[in-house]
Amino acid sequence: MLQAPLLSVENLAFERDDSCLFSAVSFAVDSGEILQIEGANGSGKTTLLRLLTGFLEPSVGAIAYLGRAISKCRYDYLSDMLYIGHQPAVKLNLSAEENLRWMVATAAQSNDISIVDALTQVGLAGYSDIPCYALSAGQHRRVALARLLISNARLWYLDEPFTSIDKQGVEFLQSCLQQHVARGGAVVLSTHQDLELTNLRKHRLLPAVERVS
Amino acid sequence: MSRLSNWLPTNWQWFNRLGSPRWFYHRSERWLPWLSLAALLVLATGLVWGLAFAPEDAKQGNSFRIIYIHVPAAFLAQSGYFIMAIAGAIGLIWKMKISYMVMKAAAPIGAALTFIALFTGAVWGKPTWGAYWVWDARITSMLILLFLYAGVMALQYAYHSVDAASKASAILALVGTVNIPIINKSVDWWYTLHQPATIKLTSAPSMHMDMFMPLLVMIVGFYLFYAVALILHTRNEILRRERKTSWVRELATAKARG
Amino acid sequence: MVTQDARKMDSGFAAWLRRDLLLAYRRRGEVASPIVFFIMVSTLIPLGLTPEAAQLAKVAAGMIWIMALLATLLSVDGLFASDYQDGSLEQMLITPQLLPLPILGKVTAHWLTTGLPLTLVSPLLGLMMSLPNAGYLPLLCSLALGTACLSLVGAVGAALTVSLRKGGLLLSLLVMPLYMPVIIFGTATVSYAVDGVNWLPPLAILGAMFAASVALCPMAAAGALRVTASN
Repeated sequence: MLQAPLLSVENLAFERDDSCLFSAVSFAVDSGEILQIEGANGSGKTTLLRLLTGFLEPSVGAIAYLGRAISKCRYDYLSDMLYIGHQPAVKLNLSAEENLRWMVATAAQSNDISIVDALTQVGLAGYSDIPCYALSAGQHRRVALARLLISNARLWYLDEPFTSIDKQGVEFLQSCLQQHVARGGAVVLSTHQDLELTNLRKHRLLPAVERVS
Repeated sequence: MSRLSNWLPTNWQWFNRLGSPRWFYHRSERWLPWLSLAALLVLATGLVWGLAFAPEDAKQGNSFRIIYIHVPAAFLAQSGYFIMAIAGAIGLIWKMKISYMVMKAAAPIGAALTFIALFTGAVWGKPTWGAYWVWDARITSMLILLFLYAGVMALQYAYHSVDAASKASAILALVGTVNIPIINKSVDWWYTLHQPATIKLTSAPSMHMDMFMPLLVMIVGFYLFYAVALILHTRNEILRRERKTSWVRELATAKARG
Repeated sequence: MVTQDARKMDSGFAAWLRRDLLLAYRRRGEVASPIVFFIMVSTLIPLGLTPEAAQLAKVAAGMIWIMALLATLLSVDGLFASDYQDGSLEQMLITPQLLPLPILGKVTAHWLTTGLPLTLVSPLLGLMMSLPNAGYLPLLCSLALGTACLSLVGAVGAALTVSLRKGGLLLSLLVMPLYMPVIIFGTATVSYAVDGVNWLPPLAILGAMFAASVALCPMAAAGALRVTASN
């Protein structure tokens, strides 16, 4: 029996203020796959990822998780999903460790890896006590990426995860993604970066056809 | 919430069609002349009857005649808020664009009527109680209603995105609707607490029939007038929001030519 | 499964409450400013009206309530603002838990850091404004319940204006009519006590408003956030 793909998107379109951002987007992502969303600036990559998280509602089309519409299995879907958006959701007045502790507390599932270990792996070993307003933007991004190590979610949605991080960080993140899909997870990410990953598929987001009425 | 729209039986086609701004625009063109005529006739009848022919009041003399404008305006101001909120609710539940347009159009009309009610109340207050403004329960409630309207309008204009503006205003209008009975009752209670010695406003049922009939006519006339104003304003809103579509462009060029 | 889900439901409210309290503690200066405002502005009243104790006693209850309301209004603006700017709000909107729970956690933290201190400082202001002795306990009780209502209703306004740049003033405009019943019954509680009448009835109504607000405002704020935060 063919199992339904982890995520499948059919004929998705999004319209805001009478202008259509994109239309007729369809793809499916199975466990073990990485999907890279490509497109020019303003083509709607961030909007597409937000639609996948359920943050926004599509104008047309369906998004399904394991064959069920996400509106019908919201709790299961959101528990199995991790989203890191443009902003790293790091509170400046808290330390890296406190930020991560709170992120873990509000997440559905987590690994056994401790917070300090996670921070060490992303290269923030000695920084766990310093408030985040003393850290750089790249370091904020690393705190957000430490979530990836702790989370047990199968679906990862990452919006421009490579911004602000240096070459070492890029390599680390790529190995992180590779390990995640090797364990059976799936990743949908938007980036301009050229990735050297196996199991990588690309989807190009085209601008929508002009609305005729 | 969108699942509610699945409950609509399919033979309610007129409801779905009403949701199309273009359909509404063309249909309302046919209703408008009749409605306007009706409003004009009823208002004229009511005004003449109330201002000229209704008997004088025993205590207040002729100055009471302002109620023929004050009371209908106050009535419509309250109803107008509920109409606005219902339009917002329909827009939120069934995601109809025209509903949001009606809600946006209803806000300034209702606010203007509230202002008229307050102004005529002040005009009435001077000869009756010797002061233009008295903090009694009804006037205070009217003032708070004006603030509620102002809030909805301000929220509409604060957002650049039309979708966000519509939905946020709809939510605010619904929150306001839930609060209006609470506010009215609280203000009534507050007024009885302090009980200044003033004449109570004439309440409609205890009025003499000869004074009450023109009031009823005026209320009906105001409702008709409200409908006309709402339709006109909604039509403007439709043109403004749909200005990029082909049917509006055709309309504009046809008007320009002919 | 049931215990795990219960833990999930709990950590929605508790995690956000703890986080917001920690954040407030880190920004102690900012968080203290509504209380300082409350005390300082109350000095304006005798300056603007009269220093006579008898006159002040008449307006004391109402004035203290008005000042508490304004102080709350000033602070409720920032309820969702910083979360919106750094992306935490986005994360809150996609957690599997019911959205009203984190919102209730945040509003509780807001009340604990604004409404509760205002309530505790109010006897001091009562003293400065010659509030009759009978009024102190009712003032405390009515402010405790009332500021909680103000925080809850203010959260709805904050949710509606979160993505606007100069949302603060608009927030005040939106929320002010909704605050009026609270202030009517809050000051009535104190007036009743000062007049020697049983002050529990208006307090009970205030309690009813609080109960209704706790039930309805988080849901309204959740609906508003889903609309406004995506812009």
